Amino acid sequence: MAKITFDGIEVEVPDGTTILNAARKIGGGVVPPAMCYYTPLKGSGGKCRACLVRVAAGSTKDPRPMPKLVASCITPVQDGMVVENTTSQQVLDVRKGIVEMLLINHPLDCPVCDQAGECDLQNFAFEHGVSTTRYEEERRTFEKIDIGPYVQLHMTRCILCYRCVYTADQLTDGRVHGVLGRGDASEIGTYIDKVIDNDFSGNVIDVCPVGALTDKTFRFKQRVWFTKPMNAHRECSHEKCNGHVTLWYKGKDVMRVTARKDEYGEVKEWICNECRFDKKETTDWILEGPAHVDRSSVISQGHYELPVVNPQIIADLPESTIRDLQQNPPLKLGGLNG
Amino acid sequence: MGRKLLTEHVNVEGIETFEVYRKHGGYRAVEKALKTMTPDEVVDEVKKSGLRGRGGAGFPTGLKWSFLAKPEGVPRYLVCNADESEPGTFKDRYLMSKLPHLLIEGMIAGSYALGARTSYIYIRGELLYVLRILEKAIAEAYAAGFLGENILGSGYSLDLHVHPGAGAYICGEETALLESLEGKRGNPRNKPPFPAVQGLYARPTVVNNVESIATVVPILNLGGDEYAKIGVGKSTGTKLFSACGHLNKPGIYELELGVPVEEFIYSDEYCGGIWKGRELKAVVAGGSSVPILPKELILKTAAGENRLMTYESLSDGGFVTGTMLGSGGFVAMDETTCIVKNTWNFSRFYHHESCGQCSPCREGTGWMEKVLHRLEHGHGSMHDIDLVVSVAKQIEGNTICPLGEAAAWPVAAAVRHFRDEFEWHVKHPHEATRPGAVYQGAGVLA
Repeated sequence: MAKITFDGIEVEVPDGTTILNAARKIGGGVVPPAMCYYTPLKGSGGKCRACLVRVAAGSTKDPRPMPKLVASCITPVQDGMVVENTTSQQVLDVRKGIVEMLLINHPLDCPVCDQAGECDLQNFAFEHGVSTTRYEEERRTFEKIDIGPYVQLHMTRCILCYRCVYTADQLTDGRVHGVLGRGDASEIGTYIDKVIDNDFSGNVIDVCPVGALTDKTFRFKQRVWFTKPMNAHRECSHEKCNGHVTLWYKGKDVMRVTARKDEYGEVKEWICNECRFDKKETTDWILEGPAHVDRSSVISQGHYELPVVNPQIIADLPESTIRDLQQNPPLKLGGLNG
Repeated sequence: MGRKLLTEHVNVEGIETFEVYRKHGGYRAVEKALKTMTPDEVVDEVKKSGLRGRGGAGFPTGLKWSFLAKPEGVPRYLVCNADESEPGTFKDRYLMSKLPHLLIEGMIAGSYALGARTSYIYIRGELLYVLRILEKAIAEAYAAGFLGENILGSGYSLDLHVHPGAGAYICGEETALLESLEGKRGNPRNKPPFPAVQGLYARPTVVNNVESIATVVPILNLGGDEYAKIGVGKSTGTKLFSACGHLNKPGIYELELGVPVEEFIYSDEYCGGIWKGRELKAVVAGGSSVPILPKELILKTAAGENRLMTYESLSDGGFVTGTMLGSGGFVAMDETTCIVKNTWNFSRFYHHESCGQCSPCREGTGWMEKVLHRLEHGHGSMHDIDLVVSVAKQIEGNTICPLGEAAAWPVAAAVRHFRDEFEWHVKHPHEATRPGAVYQGAGVLA
């Protein structure tokens, strides 16, 4: 075990844990943002530099500070390490710089982007960025590439986190997905016109932190903050998929199906394309209850869960709102589950 | 003229063949090492010699070797970094094409010291003709029993391979080089783990520059202590410098470290002064990545002492008034050189060569290039000068590999030392964009 001090808070974690995961053990506002690191994906991390932190003391044995900021997602802790994240002005300044870099070639088309509302870049920029830009040049754009019937690749929005590349590499057989080109001309490619065609290809949508990979069966159907996530499951015949998903409802219609994500937006159990794209009826699923969305606050801001937990609040609401709420599926949990 | 340890026989007819090289004392170091020394003794000699990495970072080679993890039953590798692509640096190409057996001899001695049974020379893809020279020399060494099974009856076996790169500057970064050597996309790896623990094929690996490995040969021939007597302070031995730019005699020079910069530029023994009788304006002393210095600061340190061709003297004053010895790519610029254009040109190179893996470098190098392009072409504003420095600062130190710094340092240094020239481009765009126009100093228009 190693004991470290993170932003003045002591935490004990097993040896080999990364600084980021140690911070996640503390949780809350001290956790550095991560745009490219993704726990289930081996080799991910270190690329976006959003999670840079200052190591003020390397370890008990060698208490010298590290000369440069380090990527917390890939740097393992040492016993006695002292890490500064939100307590270091240098870290906050650099993070602002990272936001700026990530945004200079981003199209900022949030109003028409399906990812808006659950976009890591949007959240990151909102929390750490500045509202103006110093970039006057033309932004980088890419030609659209068709990569199959289910997934839309919108390369212009990509921040090259490599998550989808690792997903395609580690989850699916026969690699057809990688990075082509170099520098700011790099792009996610599927080797000319090979379509991502396998049972788990849809997971690249979930791992994408921005709107570069979106669900073609959900595109332009609904803003995510108007939909209501419900956890559900089904008996899936696919051996690698256990059918644990989140259904996103608008009224009584299932708008889309995604894998379940934790508070850091990470999928713990991958789902197959059948569950994701073909099962869009409530009758296909056994509902478990509302899914709680912590971080992307814009989704949770309707607090649709509250009336269920606290009937007192319903009494204080205007009649029309109560009527709306009663017509929403989450309020009729019992009925839906049969 | 100082001693020449690497290039002593470079002009001998046929030195690239095994027989002639052997006749001129070649492969003595290998014989000495394999027959009379243990691997650890070889490492100790290199440590004693004080040899510092010749690829640019200047990290002590012996120390690097001693960091190599040596778990039982796991192969180890020595990889020679011959991916020399830094603008201004061309010493390794010269060394390999003229003296291929010197590198091979160094590779054998180094591999023996590290316990490597297979070693690689990763050569820049564009240097195809050098690759052919090396392959021919390796075949000769195999035939003479210096490579392969049971070398010189010592029981030590070594296989040596040459592998060409595919044209990316970034593959000169050691972990990107290893990725490329493994057949993958040449993206630098996250560190830790360092190559000394998990390098090529996740095995302990040492990556050294061509010149560092070649220098092991004279170190073993002379003895580490004797080698350490050459040079000044911690800059021991001799080093190759590739001098280019506006010099009377550009070329490769092997210098005992410690020659004054002024002597190197102006003495007839070396570069012979600035061409066409012009004045020196600025020098990039160690390849395009190191900060540029104006004439006053490259000849004398801020304290007024003569600057010497050593690691310490060139970096005297930090980045405020100093630079770095780097890889030895010495670029001299005369008074007709436009620093803004030159800086833009360098930044264009780094923009083109950024691997695109981490965001500050991928986005920042392109941004700097665009702003510098604007400044050079008379569309810039005063604000742009500060902007480009600020972007450079946002890249520096925040990237996975040193390419970020390599892109940021020259830009920051150019503005630091030649700010008035940048301002002149903003204030007098018509003058500045006239063909051949160059800033002549405060208040003077070209």
